[in-house]
This record gives sequence, C-alpha cells and structure tokens, in this order.
Amino acid sequence: MDIGWYLVVSVLIFCIGAAGVLVRPNPMVILLCLELMLNAGNLALVAFSRMWGGDDGQVFALIVLVVAACEVTVGLGLIVALHRRQLPVDVDELNELRG
Amino acid sequence: MKTTTYGWLILLFPLVGTILIGFGYRRLGQASGWIASLAIALAFASAIGALLSLLGHSEGHRELTNSLWNYDVSAGVDARLQVLVDPLSVFMCLVVSGVSTLIHIYSIGYIRSDRGESRYFAYLNYFVFSMLLLVLAGNFLLLIVGWAFVGAASYLLISFWYRRSTATEAGIKAFVINVLGDVGLVLGTFFIFRHTHTLSFEGTFAAAPHVFAHNSTDLVAGCLLLLVGAFAKSAQIPLHTWLPDAMEGPTPVSALIHAATMVTAGVYLIARMHPLFEIATTAADVGAIVGCLTLLVAASIAIVQTDLKRVIAYSTMSQIGYMIMGVSSGAYVGGLFHLMTHAFFKALLFMGAGSIISAMGGEQSLDRMSGFRKAMPFTFVCFILGGLALSGMPPFSGWFSKDDILGYLLHRGGLFVVLGILGYAGALLTGVYTFRMIFRAFFGDPCPEARELEQGHLHHAESGFNPGNGELEDTDVGFPGPEHNIAERNWTMIFPMATLGVLALIGGAVEIPGVDDLITKFLRPAFAGSRLFAIEPSTGNAWIGLIVGALIAIAGISIAFVIWIREPGASARLEQRAPALHTFLYNKWYFDELIDFVVVRPAQLTGRFAQTVLDGGLIAGGVTGSGTGIVRAASATVRRAQTGFLRYYAALMIVGIGAVALYFLIAST
Repeated sequence: MDIGWYLVVSVLIFCIGAAGVLVRPNPMVILLCLELMLNAGNLALVAFSRMWGGDDGQVFALIVLVVAACEVTVGLGLIVALHRRQLPVDVDELNELRG
Repeated sequence: MKTTTYGWLILLFPLVGTILIGFGYRRLGQASGWIASLAIALAFASAIGALLSLLGHSEGHRELTNSLWNYDVSAGVDARLQVLVDPLSVFMCLVVSGVSTLIHIYSIGYIRSDRGESRYFAYLNYFVFSMLLLVLAGNFLLLIVGWAFVGAASYLLISFWYRRSTATEAGIKAFVINVLGDVGLVLGTFFIFRHTHTLSFEGTFAAAPHVFAHNSTDLVAGCLLLLVGAFAKSAQIPLHTWLPDAMEGPTPVSALIHAATMVTAGVYLIARMHPLFEIATTAADVGAIVGCLTLLVAASIAIVQTDLKRVIAYSTMSQIGYMIMGVSSGAYVGGLFHLMTHAFFKALLFMGAGSIISAMGGEQSLDRMSGFRKAMPFTFVCFILGGLALSGMPPFSGWFSKDDILGYLLHRGGLFVVLGILGYAGALLTGVYTFRMIFRAFFGDPCPEARELEQGHLHHAESGFNPGNGELEDTDVGFPGPEHNIAERNWTMIFPMATLGVLALIGGAVEIPGVDDLITKFLRPAFAGSRLFAIEPSTGNAWIGLIVGALIAIAGISIAFVIWIREPGASARLEQRAPALHTFLYNKWYFDELIDFVVVRPAQLTGRFAQTVLDGGLIAGGVTGSGTGIVRAASATVRRAQTGFLRYYAALMIVGIGAVALYFLIAST
C-alpha cells in the first residue's frame, strides 16, 4: 500500500487533535486531543519506518509513548488538583496569566 | 618572663574583664565593679612587672618589640599585631592603669545604685583596654586601632545615661570630632608611610632622617595631620568644644577619660612621634603655639563658668595645653611629668566634684553651692590638695611639673620664651579660677543642702532632674540611679581620693631639679636620638623658675581670695564694669557658634542642596523617573500579548510551528 494513505490518516488525526485543543474548553478533552496529536505523529513515524525498512522510527514511537504517559500523569494531576480546590474545570476561566 | 610578655598581659586583663562583664552582666550585678577593678589592678601589676623587667635591661636595650601575629606582610605593607615596650609606653601604662584602678574603685561607690552598673563597668574596662592598646602599639596600624577604640569608648561613656537628650547629644558631638581626629591620624600616617614604606615605629624612626629633608613638605603635612588627631583627642583649639559638653557623662568618667587618660593621648602621640616632629620643626612650632593658645583661652573661660564640672573641664583643656606646648617644643620630660601629676590632681578634683554634686542632689551650678567646708570636711581637704597642686603651689606636684615645662621653654630661647611667659600668665589665671571654684563651693554661708548635710541628712531632690536643662527624669536604666553617694559615707570613694590626695602632694618628688630627676633618667633611653631632649636648664635656673612659679601661684590665689572672700560682691562689680568681656568669656569665646557658622551650617546647606536638587531633582526625577517611565510604557505594550487564554497560546504555537515547518519545506525544495 502506498505510504501516502498512512500519512493522510495521520494528518487527519493530527488536525482533529489540534482543532480539539483549540476549541474545547474542558481540560480533560484537551488532554485527550493532545494524545490524538501525539499518536498521529507516532503513526507517521511507524509508516516512515516501514517505508525505509529501518527501526529508528519504531524506537522513536516508543519514546513518544513514554513521553505521552508522563504528560498525561502531569496533566491529570493538574486536573485533580483543580477539582480538589473547587476551581472551575474550564480553561477559559483559568486565565490568571493575563498581563 | 620576657619584658614584652608583660606588655601583652597589660592588654589581656582589661580585655578579659570587658568580655566577662559584657557577657555576664545579668548574673554579676554588684560584683561587676569588683571584677572590673581587679582586672585593671592586675593590669597595673603587669605594668609594674614590665617596669621592673625593663630596668633589668641595660640602657641601650630598653626598646623591645614583639609581634603576636602578622595580619599582612606583603606588597610593602607590614601590618603586625605588635607591641612596643619602652620607657615611654611603660610610663604611660603605669599612669593609665594606676589612675584607672583608683577610679574604678571610686566608681563602685559612686555608681552603686545605678541600674546600668554592669554596662558601665564593661565600658570602663573596654576604655582602659583601648587606651593601653593605644600606648603599647608598636606600629601605626595598632595605634590607629587604639585611637579609634578610645573614641568609641568615650562616646559610649559620655552617653552612658542614654535617655538624657543632653548626654546623647554630647556623645555624638564628642564622637564626630574624635573621628575627625582619626581621619587626620590615618591621613598623616599615609603621608609618612609613602616615604618610609613601613608601619612600625622603629622602622619609621630609623628611616625618617634619611628619607625626609629638614622641614620637607610631605613630612610637615603628615605631622600637621597627626596634630589634627592629637588636637581632636586632647581638646585643643579649635577642636575642643566636645570636652566641656562631655561633662554630661558620669563624674568618674570625666575623671578617667576627660582628665587623666584619654585626653592626654595627644600628648603621648607627639612624644612618641618626636623623631618626626624634630625634623618637621614647622609642625612642632604649630603644636606649641596652639597649645599655648589653648591654655590661655581655656583658662580665661574657666574663670567665668558657673558649672562646677565645666570649670574643671576647661582647666583640663588648659593643662593639656601646657603639655602639648611642652612636648611640641621638646620638653618631653616636662610634658609627660605634667601628664602624670595632672592625672593625679585632676582626677582628685573630679572625684571631689562628684562628691559635692551628689551632696547637691545632682545640681552642678556653682551659683547654688556654698559653704560645704564643714559639711564635707574630707572632700574639702581633697579639693584643697588638688587645687593647690593645680595652681602650682610648692611643694605640690603641679608646682614641679608645670615649671619643668616653662623652665625648658625659657631656656630654649627664641619664640619659646614668648610661649613660656604666656604660660606663666596662664598659671596666674589657673590660680584664680581654681580658688574661685573652691571659695565659692566651700566657703561663705552654707547653702540649704550643706546645712542639711551638717545635720547628718543627705539632700535628695524630690524627683530626678537633668542638671543641664532641668528636665524631669525617673531613676530607671538610662538615667542616674536613685541614690546619691558622697565620699564621706563610702570607703570605696574615700580610699581612691585619699591615695590621689597623697600623690598630688608628693607626686612631684620624683623629679626635683638637681635632686633626683628620676623621670628624666627613666625616659632617657626612649628619647636617645633626640636633639631637644639634651637641652636642659641648669639646676639654678630651674629653681629660679620654680620660685617665680610659686610666686605667681600665690598671686593668683590671693586675687581669688580678694575677689570672692574678702570683698563680697567684687565679682559682680567686675562683671558690671566689663559686661562685654564677661559675656564673651561666658559664651566660651563663641567657639561653638563659630564652628556652627563655618562648618555645620555650610554642611547642612550642602546636604539640603544635595537632597532636594541632586537627589530629589536629578536622580529621582531625571534618572529614576525617565528610566521607570520607559520600562513601564514598554511593558504595557508587551503585556497585551498575554491574554491568559490557553487556546490562544496553543493557536499561536501551532501557527508558529506551522510557519517554521512551511519555511523549511519551501527552503528544502
């Protein structure tokens, strides 16, 4: 099968993820969308790896999985902390960084 | 034991005393006075040890130095913790520690009821340590350290009653003028060090004749700066105004610091630096002339002052004028001999004054005192002994020492004859003001306080008050204690006064011209290279001088007797006849006003100008104002980029990364 299709799927998933990050207000959903983006990247890596016959891409994909796991831990931790402190779980409300 | 070890011991005991009392003040209480006295007594014993050990050396080997450690000996600087034990420093140590011991014992009785007793004795020990460090220092570095230390100790003790506004102001004044002297001393040291490349006294004095020509500019400048230090410390014109104000401190402090020891540091400095002053003769002449001026000005002021302690303070200034004049002209023995006898009789007079002031319930004005002769017989006798010694009556100690200086001046000739004659004029004034004080305080009808005391009851003011400005005070810490202590009822006060009284009477016997000359013989090794030391009036001339001095003293006392005893009201008539002169003298020649006009006002004006125009206008307005304005405006612009919305940041990031990726894509194809 042509590699192009794999890449099209990857780009589609990435764009869905990016759009989700941009438009959804719920941090939980944003985390999910981030996972989508990361895994879209993984798909592309694995596809390229198969195309070239090397295994660098596979290794890279594994590392991205690890990073994603870490990121989810931190992100979920933040969300739990927000919840515990009775803060709104809505990224639009959390705008204390405004200058 | 090595001779220098005694030198270190002299320093050790007062230091240990300070630390012990300073840290243990909560527990010690009344014991602190005895610990302090013991520490100084041990220092005195060590000084005697040093004396005996020094006499064991042959005459040519009596200048011993010892370094405990080096601070820094490199790059041409030799900064050592070094003492110099020679006849001069041992002489000073004996006088300082001996008189200090007696004054410590006196203080035990005097300060007994004060709440700050331990603090007082810690300060007092610290002062003695500093003074001994000053006289034992073997190089300029340690001399400067000791010099600054005594200034600090003097400040602490003048402001000892720190809730009295007058006392704190006097302390600040003394400290500021003393620091001016410190600066002079440091700068003078630089001038000399630049040429001799060594800080140690031995090296400096050995090198001085080779590197400095006679009256070379740098040396004269250096010596004049040293004189600034000496004048500030010894209260010579025009840096004398702090000394009368320093009488705000407790009376034993006035006796110790402002009569017997610290104010004589300038005399010691000039005597110690004699090899330099003998090359820089211009500077030495300046010292002699200023000393002479001071002795006349101070004596004239002392005649009209009404505050008992201030009269004695001006008398101290005047007597130190004699010493400065003496040592600057080369009468080293005379100057140092007078230093010693003056320490005896002036400390005695202050102790007596403390006793009378206590009997008056803190009042210091001579206008209020009279007729204490019967009420306080012991104090009266001590005052008479001290007063006769101060006026120079034979055979009291002051008679020998003062005329030792004046005889030398007359013998040396030239300018010094004029100074000597003026010195005799000052001696006449000395007799007048001393006995004015005694006649007013002890003779005449007893004042109410004296009458109360005659009936066996010590007068107590209903509440404490400041004798300077009459403000009411309590008796808690920071103010004088509730009890007043007179000598007649305290053996700790009687013992030192009696000892000093005997010394004031017989202290002159150590240097009778043609009989023993002990001080001359003892000090000779310290002044071995001196050109001026050898000049000495013949025994016959010395005795003629002594007889003239005695006649002048009798004349002075007689004048005082006529004015204040035989013809009551004579002094008021004199005041009326020359009101301008009286006002001029009563206002102390307007020196305070002069300094205020010349130094203080311009400094305040400059300060205000700097505050409003330079700091307020230029720095705060121009530099800081425009700087903050620019930063504030710039940050306001940049701040708008920070919205706080997560999606906004995410979108920017995606756009940014997309743009970068696009750029690389386009660039690669």
